Amino acid sequence: MSQFVINLIFVGGSFLLYIVIAIWARAGSTSDFYVAGGGIHPITNGMAIGADWMSAASFISMAGLIAAGGYANSTFLMGWTGGYVLLAMLLAPYLRKFGKFTVPEFIGDRFYSNKARLVAVICLIVASLTYVIGQMAGAGVAFSRFLEVDSTTGLMIAAVVIFSYSVLGGMKGITYTQVAQYCVLIMAYTIPAVFISLELTGNPIPALGLFSTHIDSGLPILTKLNQVITDLGFNEYTADVDNKLNMVLFTLTLMIGTAGLPHVIIRFFTVPKVADARWSAGWALVFIALLYLTAPAVASMARLNLMTTIYPDGTAAAPIEYDNRPQWVKAWEVTGLITYEDKNQDGRIQLYNDTPAFEETAQSRGWNGNEMVVNRDILVLANPEIANLPGWVIGLIAAGGLAAALSTAAGLLLAISSAVSHDLIKGSINPGITDKGELLAARISMAVAIVVATYLGANPPGFAAQVVALAFGIAAASLFPALMMGIFSKRVNNKGAIAGMLAGLAFTLTYIFVYKGWLFIPGTNNLADIPENWVLGISPLSIGAIGAVVNFTVAFGLSHATEEPPIEIQELVESVRYPRGAGQSTGH
Amino acid sequence: MSGHSDNAEQYWRANLRLIYGSLVVWALVSYGFGILLRPVLSGIAVGGTDLGFWFAQQGAILTFIVLIFFYAWRMNKLDEKFGVGEE
Repeated sequence: MSQFVINLIFVGGSFLLYIVIAIWARAGSTSDFYVAGGGIHPITNGMAIGADWMSAASFISMAGLIAAGGYANSTFLMGWTGGYVLLAMLLAPYLRKFGKFTVPEFIGDRFYSNKARLVAVICLIVASLTYVIGQMAGAGVAFSRFLEVDSTTGLMIAAVVIFSYSVLGGMKGITYTQVAQYCVLIMAYTIPAVFISLELTGNPIPALGLFSTHIDSGLPILTKLNQVITDLGFNEYTADVDNKLNMVLFTLTLMIGTAGLPHVIIRFFTVPKVADARWSAGWALVFIALLYLTAPAVASMARLNLMTTIYPDGTAAAPIEYDNRPQWVKAWEVTGLITYEDKNQDGRIQLYNDTPAFEETAQSRGWNGNEMVVNRDILVLANPEIANLPGWVIGLIAAGGLAAALSTAAGLLLAISSAVSHDLIKGSINPGITDKGELLAARISMAVAIVVATYLGANPPGFAAQVVALAFGIAAASLFPALMMGIFSKRVNNKGAIAGMLAGLAFTLTYIFVYKGWLFIPGTNNLADIPENWVLGISPLSIGAIGAVVNFTVAFGLSHATEEPPIEIQELVESVRYPRGAGQSTGH
Repeated sequence: MSGHSDNAEQYWRANLRLIYGSLVVWALVSYGFGILLRPVLSGIAVGGTDLGFWFAQQGAILTFIVLIFFYAWRMNKLDEKFGVGEE
């Protein structure tokens, strides 16, 4: 059976499963559509949050980022998990007690202002839309590599599948497909990792293999990796970072950004009780950690594997001849994600770090520049091929990458469509709409959101590459502080909250635009985006945390200078703090 | 419930204390051991590298899981103790 047929069976089989679930889990009311009827078990919800959260970036890109950056990119591991501690303690239980359908609805009610609600809707849509474009584009790439269709066709197939379960089933359909998608993606991620860990260290658990002994050399695997890559002019994998301030702020921005992202928060509205919201956060992190503890092992092992493939006789000997390159290199060359140029005309592949410091060594070996560029996004997808695993593992990886992209896309699209149908249409435009009318509006909003996301996935605008800056920056600087103050302070009033959100947003976006271009239009940046230009060494990607501080300061300052919130609002804050009396989530 | 009683006040204060304590641990394992204090911990070897590297790549995540379950368990006890839990 050819690899193409195997991939088709795995991807087709998983899609069939999602569609069957879609038909079984149709939504009959707005409560079904927005919060899955509020009856999801905390462990089920934890698994759904896992799939909702782990996107194409977590599945496909994160290990590649860590492989390239080593210790310095541990920020993603801590940042994308630490937010769940904040969610569990600072937001989820209270927002669940509040018991409404959307994040902007809480902000609007708590700060007794439609303007505040509107600001929240805009933040939500910009953050979620930026995020969803990346998922759609990721699904397109996975299709084009594994099913040999062009990426636009792949994107269309992905859109039809998402359409079938999210328009029909809303949150209810999305929840159960996310559970299935979690199972597919976690198997796809861990099975190849187990094989590779066994092969390199003899330890079947990759997370432990990372700190075990490399069988071939008898050295700890990280020591071996450090040796190999420093021989080729790269930095040590485990090297410490000089700019600790930036590392701290970047991690903090990712953490509070995670906690402020609406598509994650609304998943906590689907459980029956406040206590369940707390448990769900714990279960979610357990399911997320299964992948996140494996990722750093995949990163270091795949990097070592790649280097030993190119230098089979050690770094001191000549690298492999281009004509003898393995099959997987040929396969990825076709997609343009691996490129080769024989700069010194010796027919071999010189892969090394082309820096002035390494120039002398390179010249003495007759090397004329780095000859192979490997896109770091292919690391996870190519992992089974690099380790010579059987064809079905490759099929599984294809299905897993697509599951990660589709499950996150569906969660984001639901966050967008419920903001449109519930916050804009029912909240402002037509408050008298019936439940049936709102359900129809929700389905139409979902359909439109899918069409827009698909179009933008096929024609990605410049800002699509800025998910970390834009989505996490906005969530960290505007939504998270507003939500937290809404729960933990009775004193913050409508004026303070609106001014705080706008100030946090303006500060963060300005700092990002100065380095990355206004509205990310190339050439419009005022300063080059290099560490020498950053204020106190703070990268534009790390500024969200400072934006949050700006938000808190402005909101508290202005609130204390103006009147107290009305008594019924103070009572609302009281009521979200105590679990008693939490009914099912409702829109009324 | 009115929410203004002493009982409710005490429940909320107990919750805040629990949150403060948990967040200190949360910050210590990630920003502390994983980033700022890594040079201090560099003497403690863990499989070819040092303890700070382990915290940054695995230890912090494992601690986060324990923290959330501990918080959920304690809060559910407090809900009961102060009589503010759900039926």
